[in-house]
Amino acid sequence: MFSFAVGSALSIASILLVVVALAAMLIWVERRLLGFWQERLGPNRVGWFGILQVVADMIKIFTKEDWVPPFADKFTFVLAPAIIMIVVLMSFAVIPFTPEVGVIDSNVGVLFVLAMASLGAYSVMLGGLSSNNKYALLGSLRAAAQMVSYEVFMGISLLGVVVLSGSFNLREIVETQADGWYILPQCIGFLIFLIAGVAESHRLPFDIPEAEQEICAGYHTEYSGMKFGMFFVGEYLGLVLISSLITVLFFGGWLGPAFLPPIVWFSLKAGVFIAFFILMRAALPRPRYDQLMSYGWLFLLPLSLVNLLITGAVVLGTM
Amino acid sequence: MFKLIEDTLLSQAVTLWGVFRKLFVKADTVQYPDEPPYMFPRWRGRIILSRDPDGEERCVACNLCAVACPVDCIALQKTETEDGRWYPEFFRINFSRCIMCGFCEEACPTNAIQLTPDFEMAEYERQDMVWEKEDLLIDGVGKYHDYNFYRVAGKQVAGKDKGEALNEAQPVDVRSLLP
Repeated sequence: MFSFAVGSALSIASILLVVVALAAMLIWVERRLLGFWQERLGPNRVGWFGILQVVADMIKIFTKEDWVPPFADKFTFVLAPAIIMIVVLMSFAVIPFTPEVGVIDSNVGVLFVLAMASLGAYSVMLGGLSSNNKYALLGSLRAAAQMVSYEVFMGISLLGVVVLSGSFNLREIVETQADGWYILPQCIGFLIFLIAGVAESHRLPFDIPEAEQEICAGYHTEYSGMKFGMFFVGEYLGLVLISSLITVLFFGGWLGPAFLPPIVWFSLKAGVFIAFFILMRAALPRPRYDQLMSYGWLFLLPLSLVNLLITGAVVLGTM
Repeated sequence: MFKLIEDTLLSQAVTLWGVFRKLFVKADTVQYPDEPPYMFPRWRGRIILSRDPDGEERCVACNLCAVACPVDCIALQKTETEDGRWYPEFFRINFSRCIMCGFCEEACPTNAIQLTPDFEMAEYERQDMVWEKEDLLIDGVGKYHDYNFYRVAGKQVAGKDKGEALNEAQPVDVRSLLP
């Protein structure tokens, strides 16, 4: 029971702890990297190179007043931030970190992740709706439209990988990449999934549901204290999830030359994508709301369908 | 088609690369309390009253600084020693009003009032922003090392009669007919 194997207690506990701790640490990592990319230093005062900034933030956020506005729908208001944490943590269940570490070997892993991503939209929608605030409502309206439309071709862009590997099981998808990562045959699918992943985790440049400069803080305008903290950490968990998914689906997961253990290869690949997401935040401006929608429906959706069509034709032709 | 690719992919990639390169550029930040910045000698900061090379107060309480001050933050009262030297009985600067414009330094005929490169003057009590003469007077000569008003000025004080100042001719005796 206390050894690393798929589904063992040790495996589950370490995944849960490491993933949540990593998401919290990302708050500091992101601020530091943003600082470097903007020619400043970022938080470097608390602890060694500012690494205890997370602890300071946590103390602050726990001791803040956890206020529920009197005009809010109390039950939904409290429920919404919990949904995003639960849903994203559930998605980690099907991610194969190494041959030994993982929670479950589901043969519908890809579908499970997509289903959980769809449920994640409820968190944002309910949070904005129950706040009974105009900015929050606008934010959740935008979130609903954005997440629903980007989910469509997020799924379709993954079908190319599924066609090539012949499996919905993420672990088998990694194993079939032993003789070549899917980034080469599926580079268009990768780009579409990358863009859809940013939109799905509503990170900048697609943070339209919470655009501070336009609609205050969007759907979490009324949230404070640890409830806001859960939205915040949930966003970083989503970032880790999308990076892990890109690693698993397109970059061969734990596979790599044998001089490093599999978990290091996985972390390195995922880390590069986490850094890339932060770089996008530092570099790219936010598109307008209607630009985002028309870009998705008129450009990315046909492109992902064409990609699926060509991949299917090639696979059929070489069979 | 090329325009579309250029707009959607290429320009974004160029931006990303440009920002990524900043990782290897030295940060502009000066970590101020840890790294004190270089302060220029003629910076207009905290006001001091200097002394002449003999160690006497330079201020002769002429009130020109108080007149020049656009925010009226300088208050002083003239008095005199027994040997004829003028000096301020009190000299008070309200730094909560002072705008560090330096007009007082320009107005001062004796180089007594000077602005220094110190700017760290925050206080918790507003009353602590009012500095009296004891707080303002320093022991040194400030920016002008050799200047001594009573040596070069024609003003008569004990121990220095008319015409005895540096570079000063004896006063003309208007009642004499000699050339």
